[in-house]
Amino acid sequence: MNLDLSVPAQLSYALLPDLLLMGGALLLLLWAAWRPESARHQRSVGVACIALLVLTAAAIVWFMVRGVAAGFGPVAVDRFRWVVDLVLIVGTIGTIMLSMDYNEREGITAPEAHVLILLATAGMMLLAAARDLMVVFLGIETMSVAVYVLAGMNRRSIRAAEGALKYFLLGAFSTAFLLYGMALVYGATGDTHIATIGQRVVQYALLGSPLLVIGIALMLVGFGFKVAAVPFHMWAPDVYEGAPTPVTAYMAAAVKAAAFAAFLRVWYEAFPALFERWHTAFWWLAAITMIVGNVIALRQRNLKRLLAYSSIAHAGYLLVPLTVNTPGASEAFLFYALIYTIATFGAFAVVVALGDVGERSLRLDDYAGLWTLRPWLAVAMAIFMLALLGFPLFGGAGFFAKWYIIKAALDSPSPHTKLAVILVITSVISAGYYLEVVRVMFMRPRVAEERVPAPSRGLTKAVIAVSAVALIGFGIFPEQLVRLTRGGAPVSGLTLPTAQSAVPLPGAPAR
Amino acid sequence: MREFLDSIGYDRWILLALLALPTLAAIGIWVHGAVIGNDADARERGSGAARHIALWAFVLEFLLSTGLWWSFDASTAAMQATLVRDWIPSWGVRFALGIDGIALMMILLTTFLMPLAALGSWTSIRGKRHSYYSLLLLLTTGMLGVFMARDLFLFYVMWEMMLVPMYFIIGIWGGERRLYASIKFFVYTMIGSLLMLVAIVWLGIKAGGATPDFSYDAVLRAAAASGAGGVTMFGTFVPASVLMFLAFALAFAVKVPMFPFHTWLPDAHVEAPTAGSVILAGIMLKMGTYGFIRFALPLFPDAAMSPGIRTTFLVLGVIGVLYGALVAMVQPDFKKLVAYSSVSHLGFVMLGIFALTTQSVQGALMIMINHGISTGALFLLIGMIYERRHTREIEAYGGIARTVPLFAALLTFVSLSSIGLPGTNGFVGEFLVLLGSFRTAPWLTTIAATGVIFAAAYLLWAIQRILFNSLDKPVNEHIPDLNGREIAIMVPLVVVILWLGLYPAPVLRRMEASAEAFVSHVSAGAATSVARAP
Repeated sequence: MNLDLSVPAQLSYALLPDLLLMGGALLLLLWAAWRPESARHQRSVGVACIALLVLTAAAIVWFMVRGVAAGFGPVAVDRFRWVVDLVLIVGTIGTIMLSMDYNEREGITAPEAHVLILLATAGMMLLAAARDLMVVFLGIETMSVAVYVLAGMNRRSIRAAEGALKYFLLGAFSTAFLLYGMALVYGATGDTHIATIGQRVVQYALLGSPLLVIGIALMLVGFGFKVAAVPFHMWAPDVYEGAPTPVTAYMAAAVKAAAFAAFLRVWYEAFPALFERWHTAFWWLAAITMIVGNVIALRQRNLKRLLAYSSIAHAGYLLVPLTVNTPGASEAFLFYALIYTIATFGAFAVVVALGDVGERSLRLDDYAGLWTLRPWLAVAMAIFMLALLGFPLFGGAGFFAKWYIIKAALDSPSPHTKLAVILVITSVISAGYYLEVVRVMFMRPRVAEERVPAPSRGLTKAVIAVSAVALIGFGIFPEQLVRLTRGGAPVSGLTLPTAQSAVPLPGAPAR
Repeated sequence: MREFLDSIGYDRWILLALLALPTLAAIGIWVHGAVIGNDADARERGSGAARHIALWAFVLEFLLSTGLWWSFDASTAAMQATLVRDWIPSWGVRFALGIDGIALMMILLTTFLMPLAALGSWTSIRGKRHSYYSLLLLLTTGMLGVFMARDLFLFYVMWEMMLVPMYFIIGIWGGERRLYASIKFFVYTMIGSLLMLVAIVWLGIKAGGATPDFSYDAVLRAAAASGAGGVTMFGTFVPASVLMFLAFALAFAVKVPMFPFHTWLPDAHVEAPTAGSVILAGIMLKMGTYGFIRFALPLFPDAAMSPGIRTTFLVLGVIGVLYGALVAMVQPDFKKLVAYSSVSHLGFVMLGIFALTTQSVQGALMIMINHGISTGALFLLIGMIYERRHTREIEAYGGIARTVPLFAALLTFVSLSSIGLPGTNGFVGEFLVLLGSFRTAPWLTTIAATGVIFAAAYLLWAIQRILFNSLDKPVNEHIPDLNGREIAIMVPLVVVILWLGLYPAPVLRRMEASAEAFVSHVSAGAATSVARAP
């Protein structure tokens, strides 16, 4: 089935999952406001949100199974989009499940919190689909505005307010960069559709155009902020620490994955001709992000900050497939994003489970001797840490994710061996802090007068269990997951408007 | 026997069974632990079951594996008992198992030592037995997998799989400095193996077409063609094969451990609980040398046999022999002494491998087996005396031959086998290595031979101070001698020491074809590359 996106009805059809989620979220918003705030109402809205997400996921799977494709248009209809959407939905369901428990404990009764998460996810799904700079911007803003509010959801916490304000100011700042960059690119090429931009760059030999170069540089800065790549990462640790833990997990996994998806699509489709020129910038961005993120994480004693820096390091790993631009790169990206999302949610779920009211127990020392106290929790956390470290079997699919990226880096006529070596060496560095968590939990005795954490709640437990089982399961049988991401190159299904599509797009199947 | 084994299709399922059994037993123990719950009382009563399940699983594992001794066809170097299944077809990864003579002996060594290691922990491990024995069993699967893997990806997964259980075993049940030792062990090993991962991926991509291919034979062919590429570093051209070889060699050299990558070993060995030390010394160190024989040298013969690299490894091997022996001599801690003696023994193995004659390689293989048995036995004996006196300081003992005569006799006997007294197993291997290496590296071999004398010095001096000096400390006058369980541990070891010392021919015969094939393959590969060079 091939859609003609210039027909409004068919365009709406192509956006069906997004519209479903967006419309459903608006209805839920009404329902959320209908009744007075209460813990029970908060929970039932949460359940409805999850139901809506499952419905959206079903729609996406339906599109995938039917193999719907589309011609030229503002949104892409391809496997890359659907798989990213699924990753986002997995992350969002995890966030809402954790939020339901967390909000109850912290006394946040506003049911709108869950709906806001849905709205942010709708923006992210738009990002995954965007093939027009306008849509990219729309997606980024929809996502960001919702997440700004979410970061400050806990009104009683000073740190949350500080984090939210920081996030809002720096986020707005970075969006300005992005928008200005888009404007300049539009000025240079005369179009906002990313495939057309790619074509015009070649057609009019714009490679050296200062307008275009500055525009791309500004866009790079804007995206760098969103994915928290070094040196644009400064906001991340404070914001991650201040935000409610489920929202932190959401930012570390889903927001990052969505921003990366748009980043990847824009770069792969709009600027393939510029690739040689931008390659060096990406290379250094990836290398520095991996090194700085991992090295600074070594010194963190607060678990949320540790995971924040770890997520910066993972942004570095995710930049590797962007940099290398080999056939398997986007598949590796999708695979990694999914596994990273699962592992991150698991880890943050453990943080939620152990955090007391007001999030007091977040120091690494609070985890001492956890094994004797809560053996299952400790074992699950060890699995998540080893998965983030990229360890086979015990870390489940984490190893395959990292391996896929190494494979992507090496699988080309000119292998990026140095980048692969930096990746593995920084992975060894990361053992220093991931294993520190394991060591504290298993090998340090519990301090006698330390408080015993309250028993974890049902949904939190469920997130932890499902994440751990999924990681181990995919760690033994990854084949199905590999097939899912297979053929997820962002340019598949691309048909250019004019007959002469001179630009040999990377990753496109040979015609 | 052979007919019987064939009639039950032994060759078709044995390797898979050997891999699966420990994991299933581990899961069983784990489930048992979960069922009896977390309250202290139930754990106390239930924890006895954990060690019984583990012990019987290990014994069954050993009995199953003994069939390999008969079913193995010693006349060929080809892989036997092969089993190939698709694992991750999209990436060209197969679950491929198979053994040759070398792997056979390593597997038998592993299955032989594991029940003894489990028995050795019988009373010394008191807390959290369920976790301990499940980790021990998982570790066994990993170790056997390394020796069986015929797919580089599978090999890497198994190689890393051993790391986590050992990390926990050292870190939770170890001695005072266990935290430091465990993290050092983990990070050292990981640095080496991750670079190997990059090399494996590189080779797999080279070997495959649209999808990579990681099967050993395909990679072997791809590696032979890999000499063409390379990078220029600091103004000199380095062929790709050299870089790949070094990536593999680093992973294995850390594991062996070769001087100067040995510094994790004394810490890990000393801090590990008895079973951990036995496994580390007895089996895990052999994976390093096994890796050289199976992967590093056959894949990159031209790089490994280029004069610079070969000489470096030979010299480092000999330095290891002497350095390990000299440092062992001055150790006040008996366990540390034995740990350093491992560095020395493994130096001999490296010398034998890189000397590359059939005799020296066979000798190296014999040392690998003998060191596993003798050093394993030494660690077990140290564990036994440590349980009684809670010290490993040599000075704390003295003249205990009078209070624990049986222990003294066994310690003396095992020490003599470790020194390489003719008639014990140690002699055969070292003699063969020296004999074989003398042909290709006479000077280095002569120097290494002095290591045998040093070995006699440090061990005999140590047992003199422990067993035969005057009994001057009152605490030492009432140490109970070995009990039935401990005797049961030592008897099989003594039998094997004597058997391998007096009649090693059956073992040598089973490894001969593989050793010859290894030597001829590597020397042929090195020769063609010399011919290719301008």
